[in-house]
Amino acid sequence: MNAIAKPLGEIPPAVVDENGRMCGFVHSIETGAAVDGPGVRFVLFVSGCQFRCLYCHNPDTWKLHNGAPRPVDDVVAEIGKYARFLKFAGGLTISGGEPLMQAHFVREVFYRVKKEYGLHTALDTQGFLAAHLPDDWFDPVDLVLLDIKHIDPAKHEALTSKPLQPTLDFAERLVGMRKHMWIRYVLVPGWTDDWHDVERHADYVKSLSDRAPGCVERVEVLPFHKMGEPKWQELGLKYELADTPPPSTELTERVREQFRARGLFTC
Amino acid sequence: MNAPETRMGEQEQQLEAWRGFKSGEWQDKVAVRDFIQLNYTPYTGDDQFLAQATERTKALWDKLSDLLAQERQSPGQVLDVAADRGTRINAFGPGYIDKSLEKIVGVQTDAPLKRAIFPNTGLRMVESSLEEIGRTLDPKVEEIYRLYRKDHNSGVFDVYNPLIRACRSSGVITGLPDAYGRGRIIGDYRRVALYGIDALIKFKNAEKAETDDLDFTEDVIRLREELSEQVRALGELKEMAASYGFDIGRPAATAQEAIQWTYFGYLAAVKEQNGAAMSIGRISTFLDVYVERDLQEGRITESEAQEMVDDLVIKLRIVRFLRTEEYNNLYSGDPTWVTESIAGMGKDGRTLVTKNSFRFLNTLFNLGPAPEPNLTVLWSTELPKGFKDFAAKVSIETSSIQYESDDAMRPHWGDDYGIACCVSAMEIGKQMQFFGARCNLAKAMLYAINGGVDEKSGKLVVPGFEPIKSEYLDYEEVNAKFDKMMDWLAKTYIKALNAIHYMHDKYSYERIEMALHDRDILRTMACGIAGLSVAADSLSAIKYAKVKTIRNEQGIAVDFEIEGEYPAFGNNDDRVDSIAVDLTERFMNKVRSHKTYRNALPTQSILTITSNVVYGKKTGNTPDGRRAGEPFAPGANPMNGRDSSGFVAAGASVAKLPYEAALDGISWTASATPDALGHTLIDRVNNLANCLDGFCGATGFHINVNVLNRETLLDAMDHPDRYPQLTIRVSGYAVNFIKLTREQQLDVINRTFHVHA
Repeated sequence: MNAIAKPLGEIPPAVVDENGRMCGFVHSIETGAAVDGPGVRFVLFVSGCQFRCLYCHNPDTWKLHNGAPRPVDDVVAEIGKYARFLKFAGGLTISGGEPLMQAHFVREVFYRVKKEYGLHTALDTQGFLAAHLPDDWFDPVDLVLLDIKHIDPAKHEALTSKPLQPTLDFAERLVGMRKHMWIRYVLVPGWTDDWHDVERHADYVKSLSDRAPGCVERVEVLPFHKMGEPKWQELGLKYELADTPPPSTELTERVREQFRARGLFTC
Repeated sequence: MNAPETRMGEQEQQLEAWRGFKSGEWQDKVAVRDFIQLNYTPYTGDDQFLAQATERTKALWDKLSDLLAQERQSPGQVLDVAADRGTRINAFGPGYIDKSLEKIVGVQTDAPLKRAIFPNTGLRMVESSLEEIGRTLDPKVEEIYRLYRKDHNSGVFDVYNPLIRACRSSGVITGLPDAYGRGRIIGDYRRVALYGIDALIKFKNAEKAETDDLDFTEDVIRLREELSEQVRALGELKEMAASYGFDIGRPAATAQEAIQWTYFGYLAAVKEQNGAAMSIGRISTFLDVYVERDLQEGRITESEAQEMVDDLVIKLRIVRFLRTEEYNNLYSGDPTWVTESIAGMGKDGRTLVTKNSFRFLNTLFNLGPAPEPNLTVLWSTELPKGFKDFAAKVSIETSSIQYESDDAMRPHWGDDYGIACCVSAMEIGKQMQFFGARCNLAKAMLYAINGGVDEKSGKLVVPGFEPIKSEYLDYEEVNAKFDKMMDWLAKTYIKALNAIHYMHDKYSYERIEMALHDRDILRTMACGIAGLSVAADSLSAIKYAKVKTIRNEQGIAVDFEIEGEYPAFGNNDDRVDSIAVDLTERFMNKVRSHKTYRNALPTQSILTITSNVVYGKKTGNTPDGRRAGEPFAPGANPMNGRDSSGFVAAGASVAKLPYEAALDGISWTASATPDALGHTLIDRVNNLANCLDGFCGATGFHINVNVLNRETLLDAMDHPDRYPQLTIRVSGYAVNFIKLTREQQLDVINRTFHVHA
């Protein structure tokens, strides 16, 4: 990690409402998500993201103001309604958008939910802004769902509009902190399915896993789908992947096997 | 075939049949629960012991599958009808699918899938159903009912008043069993196996003799006639079994006999009654006692045990009744609700899961998915993990089972109740219900707004009510008028139900089912409501947003404009959920204030089955923004698409509806795509089992679980021949998707699917 270089991007200040309560911009909630971390999760989708991934299925979460401001207290109370269930069935995942865009708010929610309900917590992030945050920011986070969207820096930037390096730097820090991780990436035919790229990607994840044994719990290869396309149209944006098909089952399995060949639990 | 060569005395037969069983009071009186509790073996392991379908089973199922394919292609999907006689227990000689292959025998008529006619419940319905498939009734039968005998349907219409008729035709009350069998009565068919018919007749005669010295009031006379009919029916059941070569006068002595005897009892019921729901009760753990004894004695192998269960289930899959198109529109897909209740916990804390609980569910793998029998898992957070995981796996792979909270029901009904139909719990052999379909709360609200004038026909249905005249609806005013309208509706509804059940007892008494009950039983008057989420959301819109009426030239509010947003039921938001709770409790109390036939205990269900489509069709635009004709949500479900916070929030809203105010059950149907439950099968199984624990722990009552992709359903609409066994849970039952009407199929597809975001 280069301590001298100024980290890319910036984290906006926390929003405070007229009553002095810290707020975050919340896009929506989902109370029965079973694929965003272990078990059944309460997922808090916050708004705002610096990436502009071509395949994004939630372009309506890119801007902070796509969400509505909600006080931390409200959000924590809402989660509290399900705490008894989430305690044995799963936990809380904060996703987005990109949660680190609202690091102050997100940290407070994690901290309170951990302290008040003792729930398992997961952060779904691409890690771009993580370098702005101290290690102890991550104390109330049990699991990081880390999106490494492409292993090749140029292709990463073409795909997401942002450089890859901050994400890799964050992965290194997580290894150092011995944080539990799920490594995720979206499989898009013609973009992220090249055999050699996947080999490099898998080698990289394997190296993380080797340096922090037991910490990389699983790799999730998520097949690209077009359920988000209508949202691009509604927003008047051009959807570049209109002609890109979802990956075939064979292709998805081939890619998963490339990870599995390195002893990584992959689904 | 199993008759012993030298005839044993009655006592020796009993000793032989009950060998090895722990003795108890069940030996001196009819007490099946006592027998089960003393003799069953709880099973806490996993599914590894299960056996696959044998070649024989596959051959038999293949044979039947051909017949089922022929049935689907026949006019009205009816393979054949015996239109020459009204059915009764012994109306037909024996029938087989393939005698050489069958281990459990018996079909309703003399051939599988050949349907009988049931003129006692209503000759008119028989005539129209025959006409619809191009068949005619034998003139002899017609003459009997024209000249010598009256049916249930004619009796009911003799006493209905004009207001009941008006409510029926406008659709504010729909689905009443006034032209077909009421059903929802579960005979304790296990008694046939445990005691044999001869002993049961003795018990019944003794019960009757106890009334010899009472004053012969109307009640006593009716009871004595009923008991005589019951004894007669038991005799006919014995003869029917004899025609298949079995002497069921004596108790069953082996597992095969126990299954066969129990099934004969059930078969007699479906030979004689075309009830809407003909449930079989709670037989699997009872039968496990016999299977376990045979396994211990080395009489059978696991594979043979599974074969017998597979064969019984094959029989239960082909129970058929002749229905009219109108009926099929309400209860789509030819359902019979052969509900079998599986698992649950005992009052002593032991689980009632046995290996047979697994074997019954395993039929869905051995024979493939199917809507019937309606396998219902009585879920408790205390169930053994091995069983929870297996049930979840079966759901994920077949979408064929439903779950009901044993933790909610056990305190009310003990640990030997079964589910009749979809969600109606009743203690087996000790309780029955008077099925009352349901009334339409959403439409009643429109009547309140329009002063009793029907919004579709423009006709006055309910006299004596002033319409609301303001442009914007006021919550207090609507609520007050709606309350009065519900008073009126409850009163009219109970009148109709009292008439129906009086006549059903008189003209189409369930002789054999009641012969397998105690003499003194609890009767419930099972009312129901449809459109709860529409009514609750409408009140929420009026309260939290502004709702403007749009009136036609006649002054009837035919549409509504909503200004602003309102909280919708299904998002765990107390502002509206409390309205739904309040409506449930209020309507229940209104029903309770009326006198019921035979002093039945009033209850209600929040269940629509597939009639949510017809109810929607008969109801105009509603203040929640629902368009005229649009289906209601099924059962207690939130309206489609409005439960936008995920299925845990939706379940939490539904779980707030109090079971005490809806003791006949509260139905919720949830559909998820496989991906939404997790990325691996193990994840999916764990997540589903945890969700069931969570729902149940949060006082949720019933959940139908579908795990399907919408694309599969769309493809099945286009290529039905490729999906002969595609099964989907609708509301309290399962159907072959391809047997639904097109409207029902679209309704299913349009329902909220919880997908991976």
